[in-house]
Amino acid sequence: MKQNQKNYTAFIGIAIMLAAVILLENISAIIPGLPQVFSPTSPLFTVLKKAAVYSLVAVSMNLLNGFTGLFSLGQAGFMLLGAYTYAILMVPSAQKDQVYYLFGGCAFDFSILDMFEGIFGSSGAGYVISLILSCLIALILAGAVAAFFAYLIGIPVLRLKSDYLAIATLGFAEILRAIFQWQKLGKVTNGANMIKGFPTFSSFNITGPSGQVILRLSTFVPFLISTVCIFIIVLLINSSYGRAFKSIRDDEIAAEAMGISLFKHKMLSFVISSFFAGVGGALFAMYVANAQAKAFTSVMTYEILLIVVIGGIGSVSGSVIATFLYVACSEWWLRFLDSEQYIGGFKLPLLRNGFRMVIFSVVIMVIVLFFSQGIMGENEISISGLMKKLPGKKERKQ
Amino acid sequence: MEYVISVLLSGISVGGQYALIAIGYTLVYGILRLINFAHGDVFMVAGLMGIYLTAALPITESLPLVIMLTVFLGFTIERAAYKPLRSAPRMSVMISAIGVSYLLVNTATYVTGGQPMTYPSIPFLSSTVNVAGTHTKWVVIITPFLVLALVLALTLLIDRTKIGMAMRAVSKDFETSRLMGIKINSVISVTFIIGSALAAVGSILFFTNYPAITPTAGTMPGLKAFVAAVFGGIGSIPGAVIGAFLIGICETIIKGLPSSWDVSVFSDAFTFALLIIILVFKPQGLFGEAATDKV
Amino acid sequence: MGNALHLENVTMQFGGVVSVNNLTLDVPENKIIALIGPNGAGKTTAFNCITGVYQPTNGLIEFMGKPMVRNYPRGKAEKTYKGENAKTYSNDPVISPTPDQITGLGIARTFQNIRLWKSMSVFDNVLIAKHQHAKQNVFSAIFRGNLAEEKRMRDETMELLVEQGLDEYKDELAVSLPYGLQRRLEIARALATNPKLLLLDEPAAGMNPQETNELTDFVRQIREKYDLTVFLIEHHMDLVMNISDYIYVIDFGSEIAQGVPEEIQNNQRVIEAYLGVAEEEE
Repeated sequence: MKQNQKNYTAFIGIAIMLAAVILLENISAIIPGLPQVFSPTSPLFTVLKKAAVYSLVAVSMNLLNGFTGLFSLGQAGFMLLGAYTYAILMVPSAQKDQVYYLFGGCAFDFSILDMFEGIFGSSGAGYVISLILSCLIALILAGAVAAFFAYLIGIPVLRLKSDYLAIATLGFAEILRAIFQWQKLGKVTNGANMIKGFPTFSSFNITGPSGQVILRLSTFVPFLISTVCIFIIVLLINSSYGRAFKSIRDDEIAAEAMGISLFKHKMLSFVISSFFAGVGGALFAMYVANAQAKAFTSVMTYEILLIVVIGGIGSVSGSVIATFLYVACSEWWLRFLDSEQYIGGFKLPLLRNGFRMVIFSVVIMVIVLFFSQGIMGENEISISGLMKKLPGKKERKQ
Repeated sequence: MEYVISVLLSGISVGGQYALIAIGYTLVYGILRLINFAHGDVFMVAGLMGIYLTAALPITESLPLVIMLTVFLGFTIERAAYKPLRSAPRMSVMISAIGVSYLLVNTATYVTGGQPMTYPSIPFLSSTVNVAGTHTKWVVIITPFLVLALVLALTLLIDRTKIGMAMRAVSKDFETSRLMGIKINSVISVTFIIGSALAAVGSILFFTNYPAITPTAGTMPGLKAFVAAVFGGIGSIPGAVIGAFLIGICETIIKGLPSSWDVSVFSDAFTFALLIIILVFKPQGLFGEAATDKV
Repeated sequence: MGNALHLENVTMQFGGVVSVNNLTLDVPENKIIALIGPNGAGKTTAFNCITGVYQPTNGLIEFMGKPMVRNYPRGKAEKTYKGENAKTYSNDPVISPTPDQITGLGIARTFQNIRLWKSMSVFDNVLIAKHQHAKQNVFSAIFRGNLAEEKRMRDETMELLVEQGLDEYKDELAVSLPYGLQRRLEIARALATNPKLLLLDEPAAGMNPQETNELTDFVRQIREKYDLTVFLIEHHMDLVMNISDYIYVIDFGSEIAQGVPEEIQNNQRVIEAYLGVAEEEE
């Protein structure tokens, strides 16, 4: 079948990409003398990790805003839930007293990692199995907690219309942030302080007996998880349910008249989107190596929304491309704008701390105002589509 | 007792300051059906301009200049970021508003270097006064009266003048008003001008009583003022004012509760909880009108 | 044969305005029944009450002999209610299904101002209408455990498109079709929900005489083929008189006449409603 063939090409493409990531992050160990860019401390890898995490969150937001037409601004709140769930479940018991020292220890004396280490052992292959299994389960639970809250929140707010839905979900995210900073819950959430000490991306690097890194996987891991999650979202979008979501986006009244339950499908989209935002939040905690409520502000949601807009509302590949561009610009390529620069003896005016973000916001406004389709519009990149665009073959008109 | 009075006084004053921002939201929403996410940041920029201008000019010149520049900023934002999207879906305009907000915050961070800036003390407003045994600043006493006077003037403007009539017409039916020859764009500009002017006045009152301005200082007051507008019934000016006073008072009470309860972290969350309760149970707010969609 | 649809004392009031007033009518199974009336008479509102878009202020709607919608003036509406029979249904439980539930029972509709899903292809527009009755859940759909079901849906969609002569446009955007074909696509989409009763809201609006004639034959054909009952709103009198087994006429929300086409053509009140009474024209 044609569909099957397409899936195979997608699988092969993904496998090649993941292999390339592993190769890239280890290349400086294999071939000495490469430029600084390929060294493990290069901003290249910071960008790749962060973008992998953000692209999952952006795609999950696009599922809701772009494919179901629900304008929700609660993404940071669901990320927060995911980050805390992951962090609380994964901090090893031995470390809890130290992390929660302000509150005299943690009320929740359990760690999935410890549980598996109890079964498989805490060194060698046993540790690796425990780490992978516990991480996997914690990520799924992180998503599940976010999804569960989304369900509770969805019951009242999904009845609201576009802009009210936006402000209500934004409000919920702010309420969650306040609750997680409440000192009275300190024994669980560590109050306004950060939770740390749980496995991060670099925990997945394979080290030798004396602690030196043999094989780096710290960029590969977020890529793998994000890719799997985004692939599942794409499968959903291309399924019967995804079509139902789009029909709601295009015309609610017609969708309802054709037998599509608005509440059920909006809820489904909201819960699934929040599940992946929760997973994304957990990945974010792994990326920054801590979980702290004050990171998950509405500004974070706005940032992700702007990424979705830049990529094209209603395009998964657009969101992914836009995330990588956005993160690369803000973390790497445009960094020079933040410090004084000289060309010859001439000092460039205006360049100092903060200028990068100004330029950035101006570019975003230009895109919002003049290129409202974003990079991809509602189109997707596919391998067969790329083949067609190769030089020599003219693009066919639609 | 004195404590209760001081909490109430500052609640009323904070409420009055929210009211001045809330009017901007409610007017714009009434006409464009747009949550102007940038409005809170315009308020913040007005505060920063207050700092920079009073440093350079005498108070009597700088404060009017702050109001004029804020008006100009509000007008420019509308013309540059919202007008081109007049026929675009509502979601696009809201995204544009979020983009403007992002731009203002980042620009403010650049200009101030991200440092909190102290608002200058303004003679009279910043001086203290003794009311019923509690010491407070004059601004706390003056705010509610000033707000009421401004609201009264605004109500007169909307009820009695030609531009006010045009505003009412546009908020009832955008398309028909356009067909009836009302200059939509000038009505919208006037709306933004009024909203920004009130936000500028609000910023002077608000920040006089506040330790410092950071680039994100406008976000929370902005969102709260929007909640106040929804609470009162979006589009209704008296509604927005009453909503703002209620939210201001409740918030100061929560902040004033004994510190052993440790609930002050919820003073912002409370506003949003209130918002969600209203949206679920009485989405048209206290004074708003319910609307039905036509099929 | 019983009634497919039965409306009893249906009143729809918006604020102080009574759009549909105490409407009682029957749509017998396998017949083509028309609802006509001047603009603003409340025809589309009646359709919206039947399809669950609005909840009627008062009245009962039965589908295939079973109560489907029932309401009486409650709460605020109780004081402002201007219609009749306010107490008739007050002892029975209120039934208020959502539009998708009504579609699930077997009522499908088209819209006066065509409502196709604009970003989707002709094929997808019909395919989505199959979603409700598909045997699948979200997990089987994501992980492709529903391949057989998906294939069945696609095959049936294709069959419908071939039958409506729309197969050559299947990959085009629905809104890029000419007007007449868009109306046809809306009917195809409605048929995809497996209805027993089809509600057509001005199916001939904007069509030329030839297209209107084709439509008449077409409606008859689908009635035979799918064993349908058809209830339609229409302004084209040629079409109405030609196609209908029975006609209801409403004006200002109330029924003013009913009968077979010949009776309606000669009914004085109907003529007045459409042309206006002589004294009123000054």
